[in-house]
Amino acid sequence: MNRLGKLHWLDWAILALLILFAGYVWFRIDGALNYKWRWEIIPQYLFRYDEEKGRWVANILMQGLMNTVRISVLAGMLALVLGTVLGLARVAQNLAVRMLARTYLEVLRNVPAVVVIFIFYFFLSEQLIAAFGVESWARGIARGENAWIWESFFGDMRRFPSLISGILVLALFESAFVGEIVRAGIQSIPKGQREAAQSIGMTWGDEMRFIVLPQAMRKVVPPLASEFIALVKNSAIVSLISVHDLTYKTVELVSSTRAIFEAWITTAVLYGGLCFLLSLLFRRLERGKG
Amino acid sequence: MTARPIIEIRNLGKFYDGFEALKDINLTVLSGEKVVVCGPSGSGKSTLIRCINRLEEHSSGRMIVDGIELTEETKDIRAVRREVGMVFQQFNLFPHMTVLENLTIGPMRVRKIPKAEAEARARKYLARVHIPEQADKYPAQLSGGQQQRVAIARSLCMEPRIMLFDEPTSALDPEMINEVLDVMVELAGTGMTMVVVTHEMGFARKVADRMVFMERGEIVEVAPPDVFFTAPKSERCRAFLDQILEH
Ligand SMILES: Nc1ncnc2c1ncn2[C@@H]1O[C@H](COP(=O)(O)OP(=O)(O)O)[C@@H](O)[C@H]1O
Ligand SMILES: [Mg+2]
Repeated sequence: MNRLGKLHWLDWAILALLILFAGYVWFRIDGALNYKWRWEIIPQYLFRYDEEKGRWVANILMQGLMNTVRISVLAGMLALVLGTVLGLARVAQNLAVRMLARTYLEVLRNVPAVVVIFIFYFFLSEQLIAAFGVESWARGIARGENAWIWESFFGDMRRFPSLISGILVLALFESAFVGEIVRAGIQSIPKGQREAAQSIGMTWGDEMRFIVLPQAMRKVVPPLASEFIALVKNSAIVSLISVHDLTYKTVELVSSTRAIFEAWITTAVLYGGLCFLLSLLFRRLERGKG
Repeated sequence: MTARPIIEIRNLGKFYDGFEALKDINLTVLSGEKVVVCGPSGSGKSTLIRCINRLEEHSSGRMIVDGIELTEETKDIRAVRREVGMVFQQFNLFPHMTVLENLTIGPMRVRKIPKAEAEARARKYLARVHIPEQADKYPAQLSGGQQQRVAIARSLCMEPRIMLFDEPTSALDPEMINEVLDVMVELAGTGMTMVVVTHEMGFARKVADRMVFMERGEIVEVAPPDVFFTAPKSERCRAFLDQILEH
């Protein structure tokens, strides 16, 4: 029996309703709003032919997507480190350390992401970047010979300070969620494991490093994977602090071409495709492991 | 050789928020002595031996182990734990490490012994518990009896002066109990100081210098095994022995 054969009449009814609704939306946009669809202009903003280099290069949408990937991967790695530290701090022996970690976490969980990001941006990363002279250092790199190595990791080096702000801000924000996942992982390790480590005289640090964390980290891989997908989607908010990610580039594209629906739908497909591929990849990795 | 006290427990009390799990415990264990602790479930046997290496913190009284009094001082606690091995009912082997790694992690991290030496030592103690061929397996690949013997070897690798056992055979299938008890009897023959919580009275008869009977957080009776098994003084102890020796 083929798959379509299994569809119930209710499925057909729902499908019909969906098609009707899509048709209505189309009608509103096309007819009532008198919107001119210009899908043909979109591909050139994904890739364009560079006459000088004589090959196809990424144009703004693909550049934005690449930046989104860069920011997500680098912020994800940083968030993993910070989150592990935070998770450990949540179960530390010292009360002050535990309270500090708890406060950080509660603030991040109870304040809107956008607000947190602006605060981190203006109070932290702007100051840090100015203090460390990252700006002039990056400009030096951009002019130097090895620029291409750096650019493959960080994109356009002239935008490096902004990219770093984006990564820092996003990593700080995500670290709270990673921290909670890590804490739950640590607390899921049976008490007997820790007692066995303690009974041979291990220090708290060694107990965590050799006994608890290795076991906890295995358990938290699946929730961390879904958190990473959430991070890719959440990364869109760094466009608010002028990081040139996919969302920022789409805003630019829309303001220069007025192709509102085409541009945003393309961007939605790019985000959706990226996250869907990631979830397929994680699912496969997990199945391979089990 | 005149034996000196190695564990001194004085007027020890332990509360679990309001519940008095140990009441005025007094017990001195001499170096090389084998003490077997028994008593009904919930009588405080685990709590007592866990206070010896401070897996539980006592609420009142004093606990002096190998000359060190246990207080808040973490350095002292670790110093005591290095010298006191503990074998748990549930084995508590590290599942992400091979048998060999289980045995070498303590000596390497706590005693700071080089890897090669720690491995040689691990193999020596694996042979001592009769499973030298299992070094490269993971705990989950072993039977319960083998796992418990690995756990004993893991403690021995620290070369402790005292070994604590908390119902080491209670989680085992009956056919595996003896392989573990045999290892413990052999260990007793080496002169190790041992405090064993168990209901294996055959083992107790063979090995114990003194029997301790606990009930409701109190030590009710302390006696050498020949007296303990034939003429216990207290009624409660007699009732308990009748019950477990019935089978
Ligand atoms: N962590 C704990 N919190 C509260 N009560 C406890 C805890 N551990 C043990 N107890 C109580 O203390 C008493 C003694 O327990 P335990 O020492 O485990 O007894 P035994 O080992 O003799 O069976 C029991 O009544 C038990 O319920
Ligand atoms: Mg017990």
